[in-house]
Amino acid sequence: MRTVLSVMIAAFCIVSLSVGAQAKEPFKIGALFAVTGPASFLGEPEKNTAIMLQEQINKAGGINGHPLEIIIEDTKSDETQAVLSAKKLLENDNVLAIIGPSTTGESMALVPIMNNANTLLMSCAAGAPITQPVKDRYWIFKTPQYDVSAVEAIFGHMKKQGIAKVGIITISTGFGDAGRKALVEMAPQYGITIVADEKYGPKDSDMTTQLTKIKAAGAQAVINWSVGPGQVVVTKNWDALKMGIPLYQSHGWGSKKNIELAGKAAEGVIAPLGRLVVWEKLPDGHPQKALLKKYTQDYEARYKSEPGTFGGHAYDAIMMLVEAMKKVGPDKKKIRDYIETNIKNWAGTGGIFNMSPNDHCGLDKTAFEMVVVKNGDWEILK
Amino acid sequence: MLTVFLQFLFSGLTVGAVYALVGIGFNITYNATSIINLAQGEFVVIGGLMMWFFSESLHLPFLVSVVCTIGSAGLVGLLMERLTIKPLKQPDLLLMIMITIAVSIVLRGILMFSFGKEPYVYPAFTEGDPISVSGAIIQQQTLWVIGITGFCIVGLFVFFKRTIIGKAMRACAVNTAAASLVGINVSRMVMLSFVLSAVVGAIGGMAITPISLMEYDKGPMLAVKGFCAAIMGGLGSNRGAVIGGFIIGILESMTAGYIHSGLKDAVALIILLLILFLRPAGLFVSKTMLDLRKF
Repeated sequence: MRTVLSVMIAAFCIVSLSVGAQAKEPFKIGALFAVTGPASFLGEPEKNTAIMLQEQINKAGGINGHPLEIIIEDTKSDETQAVLSAKKLLENDNVLAIIGPSTTGESMALVPIMNNANTLLMSCAAGAPITQPVKDRYWIFKTPQYDVSAVEAIFGHMKKQGIAKVGIITISTGFGDAGRKALVEMAPQYGITIVADEKYGPKDSDMTTQLTKIKAAGAQAVINWSVGPGQVVVTKNWDALKMGIPLYQSHGWGSKKNIELAGKAAEGVIAPLGRLVVWEKLPDGHPQKALLKKYTQDYEARYKSEPGTFGGHAYDAIMMLVEAMKKVGPDKKKIRDYIETNIKNWAGTGGIFNMSPNDHCGLDKTAFEMVVVKNGDWEILK
Repeated sequence: MLTVFLQFLFSGLTVGAVYALVGIGFNITYNATSIINLAQGEFVVIGGLMMWFFSESLHLPFLVSVVCTIGSAGLVGLLMERLTIKPLKQPDLLLMIMITIAVSIVLRGILMFSFGKEPYVYPAFTEGDPISVSGAIIQQQTLWVIGITGFCIVGLFVFFKRTIIGKAMRACAVNTAAASLVGINVSRMVMLSFVLSAVVGAIGGMAITPISLMEYDKGPMLAVKGFCAAIMGGLGSNRGAVIGGFIIGILESMTAGYIHSGLKDAVALIILLLILFLRPAGLFVSKTMLDLRKF
């Protein structure tokens, strides 16, 4: 009992001290992340990033002297929970803007709510429908790159290699379906034919059947579109079958952990990756290098794990908002307008952003580098 | 053409062996207690993750890691029975099955907190290139999985049919009251069945992790497929579970290969339904046995 009491007194002292030190009203923003549930691999680094940035920003004096307060809610990877939490943030906490949610489904569920509440949403999910059509998405923005951009980067590279026939293998989740759709849509524009179109479940343990079919269909390359263990299993099967054709992965491949898990099998795998995972390989003076270095090193020092591209999506969203609040103050409409018109040539972790009234994401295929796995490390392809 | 067919077959065998091992785990608890232990999938996950912990994190030698993994899985099975099944004042079958669901959720939570959400893997038991059979390849680890499955079946057969403890365990399932009247310590037999099924599950987990990777939430999928295997072969029949597991695995692979990979889970389950319509007891259990069952 006595320890509980003393802890409470100590906590009270700290709170009252910090209130005394920062007399100005805090700027409150909400954050909806899938901290638990199936999409927790997205939500966890996003949450960690938000906590870390809030501390760093407040330590450096806050936003024009106002402390930044990020109120984080767990959506449990569930649309209904995301809607409930968003309403709580809007009605009880009166936040200036909301960051997240982590998945496309949850973000879509929030589109009408945010538009009605006239409050900015900075989604951390990739799906194109989140910000398109842009005339119905007045208050909605997102920071992750479009799936289509990753597809364009892959097909562009294939075209240079003279690959015209590909087999695709996709995971049967939202991520895989969105990728499959983009692959099928974009292929004709690059003169590429999809000769095999295979699928697998998120917990499947062997994909040799699908890969054998792709090979038998005469494909010159395989494209796997998934996140999670599936991409490692495909890589191992591809290596075991000695297929003799290159394996391309989606931008979900961007974690050193995947190379570690797949071991030697990962050698030669090609993928379009955001620069966050390959910042060490970027030339000095690249506009993204310094911020990527600081973010990655701070994150790794604090959480003993890599932030991954997902944490970066939250980083970009928070930093854009902070800049807007610094310039225009706590005004929902002005914050939104600032982000739409003033985020130009803005270097973030995801790429160089160019927001406009027609594009609420601001990234294209140049946000990706084509990266190959060589000697257990990334190597940027020229 | 033959190469492609063989490749589909090998892929089916790889997957089927996993389902078979999980199916056998279900049978052990079922045979001794008439309970369907739905935490069976978590035992498999514990096997894979603990093996990683001992061999890759603590760098213990291979055999020591295997023994430690089996030991810790057995301990989990023992604790599960002593803490959740034994204290029941009115042991009711349906209630016990619900408890196993609760335990599976708790175990998954513990695994998530101790291992995180990432997948884990360690090297295959034997190094070397996959074996090629007229153009189709089969990974060495797959042979290990199949071999271990076979070993488990034979071992369990001998245990249940030839040893006094095994016979006592079967007696408990048939009639608890009669078993205790002839001097069998029913409570101890139930505990033993949980330990044994946890060990078999963990052995399966250890064997499949180099092929399929292991993460904290793989359990439910394995449990569903393993349960299908056990049902298809007939609950209680280990031979049935093994054949059921291979049938489902091969069907999935052939469907993915010759029809479409998007349909593979559906087709396997439709066949399972058909078998249950035509032979409700499963492939290897007679109608009379079915009538004797409590559940």
